[in-house]
Amino acid sequence: MTAVQEPLLVADRVVVDYPVKGWRQQPIRVLRGVSLDIGPGETVGLVGESGSGKTTLGRAILGLAPVTGGEIRFQDRDISRLGKRERRALSKDIQVVFQDPYSSLNPAKTVEDILTEPLLVTGTARAEAGRRVRSLLDAVHLPVDAGQRLPREFSGGQRQRIAIARALTRDPKLIVCDEPVSALDLSTQSRVLDLFIEIQQRTGVAYLFITHDLSVVRHVSHRVAVMYRGELVETGDATRVTTTPEHAYTRRLLLAAPVPHPRRQAERRAERHRFLAAQAAAGPAGS
Amino acid sequence: MSVLSDSGPAGPAPVDAVASPPRQGAVRRLLRSPVAVVALVWVLLVALLAALAPLLTSASPTASQITNALAPMGGANLLGTDGIGRDVLAQLLYGARTSIVGGVIVVVVSLALGLPAGIVAGYYRGRFDAVASWIANLLMALPAIIVLLVVLAQFGRSTELGMAVFGVIIAPGVFRLVRASVLAVREELFVDAARVSGLSDGRIMRRHVLPVVIAPTVIQASQLLGIAIVIQAGLEFLGLGSPNQASWGGMLSDAFQNIYAEPRLLLFPGLAIVLTVTAFSLLGNALRDALGVGGRMPRVRRRATVVAAPDSDVPAPVVSEPPGDALLAVQDLRVSYPKGDGSVSEVVRGVSLALRRGEVLGLVGESGSGKSQTAFAVLGLLPPTARTSAERLTFDGTDLQRLSPAERNRLRGRRIGYIPQEPMSNLVPSFRIGSQLTEPMRHHLGLSRAEARRRALDLLARVGIQDPGRVFDSYPHEISGGMAQRVLIAGAVSCDPELLIADEPTTALDVTVQAEVLDLLRSLVAERDLGVVLVTHDFGVVADLCDTVAVMQEGRIVEEAPAGRLFDAPEHEYTRMLLSSTLENSPSRQDLPPAVPDPDEPEPLPLSSSGGPR
Repeated sequence: MTAVQEPLLVADRVVVDYPVKGWRQQPIRVLRGVSLDIGPGETVGLVGESGSGKTTLGRAILGLAPVTGGEIRFQDRDISRLGKRERRALSKDIQVVFQDPYSSLNPAKTVEDILTEPLLVTGTARAEAGRRVRSLLDAVHLPVDAGQRLPREFSGGQRQRIAIARALTRDPKLIVCDEPVSALDLSTQSRVLDLFIEIQQRTGVAYLFITHDLSVVRHVSHRVAVMYRGELVETGDATRVTTTPEHAYTRRLLLAAPVPHPRRQAERRAERHRFLAAQAAAGPAGS
Repeated sequence: MSVLSDSGPAGPAPVDAVASPPRQGAVRRLLRSPVAVVALVWVLLVALLAALAPLLTSASPTASQITNALAPMGGANLLGTDGIGRDVLAQLLYGARTSIVGGVIVVVVSLALGLPAGIVAGYYRGRFDAVASWIANLLMALPAIIVLLVVLAQFGRSTELGMAVFGVIIAPGVFRLVRASVLAVREELFVDAARVSGLSDGRIMRRHVLPVVIAPTVIQASQLLGIAIVIQAGLEFLGLGSPNQASWGGMLSDAFQNIYAEPRLLLFPGLAIVLTVTAFSLLGNALRDALGVGGRMPRVRRRATVVAAPDSDVPAPVVSEPPGDALLAVQDLRVSYPKGDGSVSEVVRGVSLALRRGEVLGLVGESGSGKSQTAFAVLGLLPPTARTSAERLTFDGTDLQRLSPAERNRLRGRRIGYIPQEPMSNLVPSFRIGSQLTEPMRHHLGLSRAEARRRALDLLARVGIQDPGRVFDSYPHEISGGMAQRVLIAGAVSCDPELLIADEPTTALDVTVQAEVLDLLRSLVAERDLGVVLVTHDFGVVADLCDTVAVMQEGRIVEEAPAGRLFDAPEHEYTRMLLSSTLENSPSRQDLPPAVPDPDEPEPLPLSSSGGPR
C-alpha cells in the first residue's frame, strides 16, 4: 500500500450486540472485535457469507447499528457513539448504497426529489440543487430527464445508478456499498461495477464494498477483508486474498465459487475435494 | 463496453420503454369507477344541499305549527309536515348539516389523535409505543354507547360534544392502522437511506413516512364518516341531541311515533341515512382500489414482462426432430399471458428442447428471459391465466398436453421431481419435516408409515444430513436454509423420479453450501441416471453441472450447445456478451493505486457543476 496516507476510517476492535426479545435473554454478539482501516480513495472489499456480520459492520459505520464495544474513527474522530445532530452532520462525508434497489428508493418520490432532498435539508438553494441533480444524473449515465420520473419506471440497474447518484450528492469521502450488485443481472452487474470504479477515479471517494461474491470483490477492490462468524479472518491485497488465500476459511470460500468454464471448474472442484479431505484428516478444527 | 445504459446491445429498451403514467393516477382511477362517481356525486349533493338550505326553503326546520301537523305532501310544505307540524323538507336539509358537521367532528378528532400518535409510536417504538398502545387497547375495550350516554347525561345534550367524544373512542382504530403501516415502512431501506442522508427524524416522518400512511388513512376516514352518521342518528333517535337542531335521527324518532298515522315520514330520513352511509362506504372501497392500498409497488422482479413482438419474420431456431430416446421432448413451446388492455404478452416464444436420461440441461438467461416459465410449463404449474401451446411436449413418450390435471399431478409427484429456488417458502411451516417427506411416498408409492419413515431417513442421510433423525422430527424454522434445500432435494428424489426440474436450486444459498448441493446433485444424477433441467442465471453453476446449455433471451433459445463448446466458442452475440460479463478473469484492482485526488488541484471533485460552496 501507499501507506503514507492517514487512514480515512479506522474500525478498532468493534463489537456489536443485538438485544434478544424476552426477559433476561443474552444479547447476540454479531461482531466480535473487528479491526479494519480504509484509506482515502481506496476500495476495501468485505467478503463473507450470510450471517457473518459483514452488513452489520457497514451499518455500524453508518450509525444504523449500535456499537457495544471498541470504536470507529473517521478522520481521527470517534464516531461510534455520536448524538443525532452530530450523526446528521457526518452524513455529508459518509454515504450508503444498499443492496435492494427496489426498497431503497421511496416509490412515491420523483428521482429529482430523491436526489435534491439531502441538499435542501442543508440549505442549498433549489436552483443550485437542480443544477447539481443534472450533473449527478450525467455522472451516473442516466438521461437528464430522468429527474421527472418515478423509481418504478426504471430497471434494477438504473435504480442502482439513482441510488449511487443519491450517495454522491454531497461529495462524500466514504460510501458504504452493501451488496450493491447482487440483485442485478449479470450484464447489468458488470456495468454498474465499472461505474463505481469510474466514479472513484473521478472523485477520489473511498468504498467499503460489502459482498458475498469473490469475483466482484476482486474486480473492484484494492484490499480485501474476509469475515467469518463476526470476525475478520484474513485481510490483504485483493489479488493475494482472492487467488492465494492464507486462511482455511478463505480457501474454502474461494474453492467453492464455481468458475464459469467446465474444464477449469472440474479442476477447482477436484482441488476443493482434496482440500476438504485434507482438512477433515487434519482434525475437527473449524466446521 | 458502454456504460451509457443498462440495456446493453441486446437488452430491452431503457427508460422510455417502461414509462407509465406517474402520479395523478389515483384520482383518475377513482373517477373511472362508476360506483365511485355515483357515491361521490351523492356525497357532494348532500353537502351542497346542506350548505344551501336557507336558500332552498324559507321554512324553519324547528318552527312547529301544531295546527298543521301531519300535512300531506305538496302545497306549501313540499314533503309535508311531521307530527308537530314542522316542515319535513327543511328538516331534511338542515338535518344534513347536523349529520355532516357531526361526521367531520368525529373524523377530525380521531385523526388528530390517532395519526400523530400512530406515526410516532410506529417510528420510535419503545416506551411511547407501549403507553399509547395500552391506552388504545383500553379505549377499544370501552362500550362506546354507554360512554356516550354517560357523557351526554353528565354534560348536557349536545351533538358536537357527543361526536367529539365518539371521535376519541374511535381514535384507536386510526392509531392502530397508522402504527401498523409505519412499522412496515420503517423497515424499508429508503428510510435508512434518508437517515444516512442526514434528515432529521421529524423530516423523515413528514416526507417519507406520512405519505405512505395517507392512503389507508383516507380510506378509513371515509368509512368513519359513514359510521359517525349512523351513531349520530342513533343518539338523536334516542333524544340525546340538542332539541333546537334539526337532525335525521330526530326526524326518525318523530316518524316512529307517528308510524301508524303517517308511515311515509320514515321514508325521507331513512333514505337519507342509508344512501349517505352507503355512499361513504362505497367511496371508501373505491378509494382502496384506486390507491392500491399501502401505496407501495409490489416488488416483482421483471419475471414475465417481455412484450410480444410480431415474430413471424423471425426464423425459429432450427432444431432437429428430437431423438427417439429423449426423456423429455419439447417443440415450439409458447406461453403467453393476457394483459389488462386486452393484448397478449408472450413470455416463451417457440422453445424447443430435448433431454436424455442421465443428461443435465442448463437453461440460462437473465431475468425476464422466460427460463423459469419454460420450466413451469413442462411441470404444468403455470398460473391458470397462462396460455400454453406446444407442437410437442412429451415425457418418456407420453404426451403431457393430453393428460388430465389429475394424471399430470400423479406424474409430477412420482416420475418428475421439482426443486424450487426458495427452500424455506416451499416447506409448510406448521408440519414437521418428516411428515412432509413421507406423505408423498405413502401417497404415490403406497408405502406404510414405517417403511416411508425408514426410506425418508435413508434419503436424509443420502443428501448429506448428519443427524437424519433430528431433522426428521424438526419443524422447518428449526433448520438452516442449506439444510432445507437438502430436504427438498431429498423430497424431489424420494419417489425415484426420472426427470428433475430444478429452478435456481442454489441461488438462495451461500457459495460453500452451494458447492455441496451441486456435489449432491451431481452424484444423484450419476447414481440414478436422472435427466435434469437446471434453470439458472449463474454460468459457474452451469459449468459445474451441465452437459448441454441452452441460452434464453426474451422468450427464445438463442443458442444451444454442449457445455464445453458453449464456453470455448460461443456463437451467438448475446451468449458472448453474457460470458464476457462474468468477472472471473477480470483483472483485480490491486495493481492500480487508490484514486487519491491530486492535492495540487484546488477543486478535485469534477462532479460538482459549480465552484460554489456546498
